[in-house]
Amino acid sequence: MPLPGSVGVVTPQRMRFDAPLALRSGASIAGYELVYETYGTLNAARSNAVLVCHALNAGHHVAGVHRDAPDDIGWWDNMVGPGKPVDTDRFFVIGVNNLGSCFGSTGPMSPNPATGKPYGPDFPVLTVEDWVHAQARLADALGIERFAAVMGGSLGGMQALAWSTLYPARIAHCVAVATAPKLSAQNIGFNEVARRAIITDPDFHGGRFYDHGVVPARGLQVARMIGHITYLSDDVMGEKFGRALRQHASDIVLRSDYRFTFDVEFEIESYLRYQGEKFSGYFDANTYLLITRALDYYDPALQHGGDLTLALAPARADFLLVSFTTDWRFAPGRSREIVEALLANGRRVTYAEIDAPHGHDAFLLDDAQYMAVMRSWFERVDAWVRAHGGGR
Amino acid sequence: MSNGLRPDLALIADWVAPGSQVLDLGCGDGALLAYLQAAKGCRGYGVEINDAQVLACLRAGVDVIQQDIEAGLGMFHAPSFDVVVLSMAIQMTHQTERVLREMSEVGGEGIVSLPNFGHWSHPWAILRGRMPVSRELPYEWYNTPNLHMATVRDFEDLLGRLGLTITGRAFLSDGRPVRRAPALRATQAIYRFRRG
Repeated sequence: MPLPGSVGVVTPQRMRFDAPLALRSGASIAGYELVYETYGTLNAARSNAVLVCHALNAGHHVAGVHRDAPDDIGWWDNMVGPGKPVDTDRFFVIGVNNLGSCFGSTGPMSPNPATGKPYGPDFPVLTVEDWVHAQARLADALGIERFAAVMGGSLGGMQALAWSTLYPARIAHCVAVATAPKLSAQNIGFNEVARRAIITDPDFHGGRFYDHGVVPARGLQVARMIGHITYLSDDVMGEKFGRALRQHASDIVLRSDYRFTFDVEFEIESYLRYQGEKFSGYFDANTYLLITRALDYYDPALQHGGDLTLALAPARADFLLVSFTTDWRFAPGRSREIVEALLANGRRVTYAEIDAPHGHDAFLLDDAQYMAVMRSWFERVDAWVRAHGGGR
Repeated sequence: MSNGLRPDLALIADWVAPGSQVLDLGCGDGALLAYLQAAKGCRGYGVEINDAQVLACLRAGVDVIQQDIEAGLGMFHAPSFDVVVLSMAIQMTHQTERVLREMSEVGGEGIVSLPNFGHWSHPWAILRGRMPVSRELPYEWYNTPNLHMATVRDFEDLLGRLGLTITGRAFLSDGRPVRRAPALRATQAIYRFRRG
């Protein structure tokens, strides 16, 4: 049952795009489909639309539940819903599964029209900018000329930033949470470990594992495990698991000494394995490669001699940047780089640095200050909507 | 002194030219910037470390950067602002000289309001064996956030030593203007200054 404040039961929708989309790599893709969900009602002036961009392992299911999966609550349900910070009584909110992802939009699992078999490794490598262009086409099809806000956390925040420079006239407010203007060498390093785990799994078959009726589950598990470590702070891991020993079914009394094996010994090992196994049951390995690569490639300053200020110069939106003190994946300093470049461009920008213990994951959780900042910001977005023909 | 602003902020607001770009360090609830935006067509940012005050700024429609002003103003490229304001906070800074120098670098003009430690009631309190506690200095000695207290003359000396020229000064006693003997009678002093 949906909780109070939930958008309730939602039905994913599907849009087909026949015209080829030119990609940053030089390739192009035609005849692709995007799966999306919407919440709330588009006003007559079409000025109250908010686009939610997802991160690595999420998709279009942002809020509410599906009729056939009442426990599958949207990934940002605490943020989006009636009376929530992004209030669906005021805003028309869109969640879209990105091209190349594995939750229904065209991706490596989809049939390649050239062969009739799944694309697999032949699916074109995508960039954050490619996703934004694909999202813009969806907005065209939905009749949305300009978003009241484009928002996202982590990789989603990069998409929101990219919107602000690729379509400056189509985004009034940009909300980028727990993000970075580009990955660090360490960030890329973690991604590469994850990719190597997948690619070297014998069940990967060069990305054509679909033809063999297997999935590179071990590789995906390791990829998820290493990813998961980077999402949590050292403190939260210590608090949640510490060095607690895993109790096995065969333990008759509470175990206080080691087993002296390489089997699961500590609770943290058990937790990471569980997360890895869960993940490998639903996530596509080729999509994991694609999305981590999109993260690696994101670097808007690259074509401007490394000058982020120049890269963000076309932006016209008002910005909200949020970071979390214990996030070491995209630490506050990474958000401050963006803030500095926006200030240098004279953009209106607010920056909140939330003192939350949870690390990178904090952007998905209910910190009171974080929620209050988002709520206040969207009051401002709502004021903009009302000033742009958005009478309710 | 209208607009519901704190008296020193109302005075500061009078000194800010319409349409100025303003940076307000330790901006609190953003009242000054909200007023300058609404009444004088100014634009700008507040800098504030406190969570509740950051929220208050957001609600007031003031853009705020959550940061400790002592972490440096490197994020603000020089020279980007017409005016940089620091109201009733300089006494709480650790690196007071650095803050003043940075203010003069990122802004054409700096404006500072501060409590005047030289107010006559303070030596009187000490003569009676007590640390001064007043409207502008409401703390007890054991819980005060104030680190660097100055008299009017002390502060003017420091501006001079930093090569900053005082372009205006005003004095208040419990919110009302003070003209005679301000060094003793003012509870608050407000200065504007620029480099060279």
